[in-house]
Amino acid sequence: MKYQFQFGDVFAAWPLLLQGTWTTIQLSLSAMLLGLVVAIACAWGKTSGPVFVRWIINAYIEVIRNTPFLVQLFFFFFALPSLGLRWTAHTAALTAMVVNLGAYATEIIRAGIESIPRGQIEAGLALSLKGYEVFRFVILKPALKAIYPALTSQFILLMLSSAVVSAISADDLTSVAANLQSQTFRSFEIYIVVAAIYLVLAIAFSALFRAVYRWTLNYPDRR
Amino acid sequence: MRTFGWPEFLFILEAARWTIALSLIAFAGGAIGGLAIALARTSDSRMLQTLSSGFVQIFQGTPLLLQLFLIFFGAPVLGFDINPWLAAGIALILNTSAFLGEIWRGTIQAVPVGQWEAAEALGLHYVARMRDVILPQAFKIALPPTVGYMVQVIKGTSLAAIIGFAEVTRAGQIINNATFQPLLVFGVVAAIYFALCWPLSLLAARMERRRAAALAR
Repeated sequence: MKYQFQFGDVFAAWPLLLQGTWTTIQLSLSAMLLGLVVAIACAWGKTSGPVFVRWIINAYIEVIRNTPFLVQLFFFFFALPSLGLRWTAHTAALTAMVVNLGAYATEIIRAGIESIPRGQIEAGLALSLKGYEVFRFVILKPALKAIYPALTSQFILLMLSSAVVSAISADDLTSVAANLQSQTFRSFEIYIVVAAIYLVLAIAFSALFRAVYRWTLNYPDRR
Repeated sequence: MRTFGWPEFLFILEAARWTIALSLIAFAGGAIGGLAIALARTSDSRMLQTLSSGFVQIFQGTPLLLQLFLIFFGAPVLGFDINPWLAAGIALILNTSAFLGEIWRGTIQAVPVGQWEAAEALGLHYVARMRDVILPQAFKIALPPTVGYMVQVIKGTSLAAIIGFAEVTRAGQIINNATFQPLLVFGVVAAIYFALCWPLSLLAARMERRRAAALAR
């Protein structure tokens, strides 16, 4: 092999890479939080809303889960502005991520909600908790605990698929890499380093989720 | 400027065959790779376990897009000629291997331990034990999630558009650049993916329900 690896240009650009990494972290964290809110609302609607609400939520889930994220992103970035909506690549990317995660997480949380035994809900009502209190304390929290691993691996998949938003130049880590690549032509070195950063991020996020579990959901189960 | 009409629609629809071809290649290659990974992960050899779990960790822990870039831009560096077809095929096969390998490892381990012990007590060696006892049972458990994963494979092929492979998404981009009717164009693109993926999703859900019903009995 004659090729000389030259990582100099890559490491010289570390402030840019750091900036991109930070953008990716910010995008992912905001999308996780907003997506979780969307998903809890939709899961609630799907398990106890009126029929037409269930129908709309089902359509949303099926459309999002059966089309690629890249196409959804193009839709938000190119198609919606043609209807007169003005927004930046960053906002379009965040919206696409929230909408995408919302659909997947709804199904996960719904499964958790359906795993709550009927008697537990009746016990909550018998204690004269109000409807939303039953949902908040008796249904939602144990449901989240039950599906926590599936939910957090979906979060990590979302963080990884956020690399795709570079296709609309949303200044995330992969966009920074693509820009560096066109300036220095050290594409292989750059993408190796960036892939390694994503791997570290994935490991760090899963450590973070374990810590969050210990802080919030680590109470003994009665089974 | 062109407007979106029948020829433009056909251009995108015809590109669907490349999406399908790429999906089939990725799935066929990924099935072979995934079986190897699943067997390595459940083997007794420490080295095979470490290697296969490292492979899975790397391919599940980095974005598919970056894997695609690394192969597309990395191969020329290592002295291989590569085109978008080959790069997309290799990246998708490796990625699918990692994910199917993890799914199938789970299903192999879900076969009750008594079955392993019974096979061993009958004096079956590794190949016979796997081929005649464990894998047929694991296969039944694995079918619904595997069909479900095919949907992910089909959607994953859309990333090949970014390195210029002319499948449905790329065809949509080309038509959009010529017509400037993004709502219509990407609506059509999304509809084509939906038509490909939805039947598979429904099938997977149906198989899952049937299996759950069979287990409940």
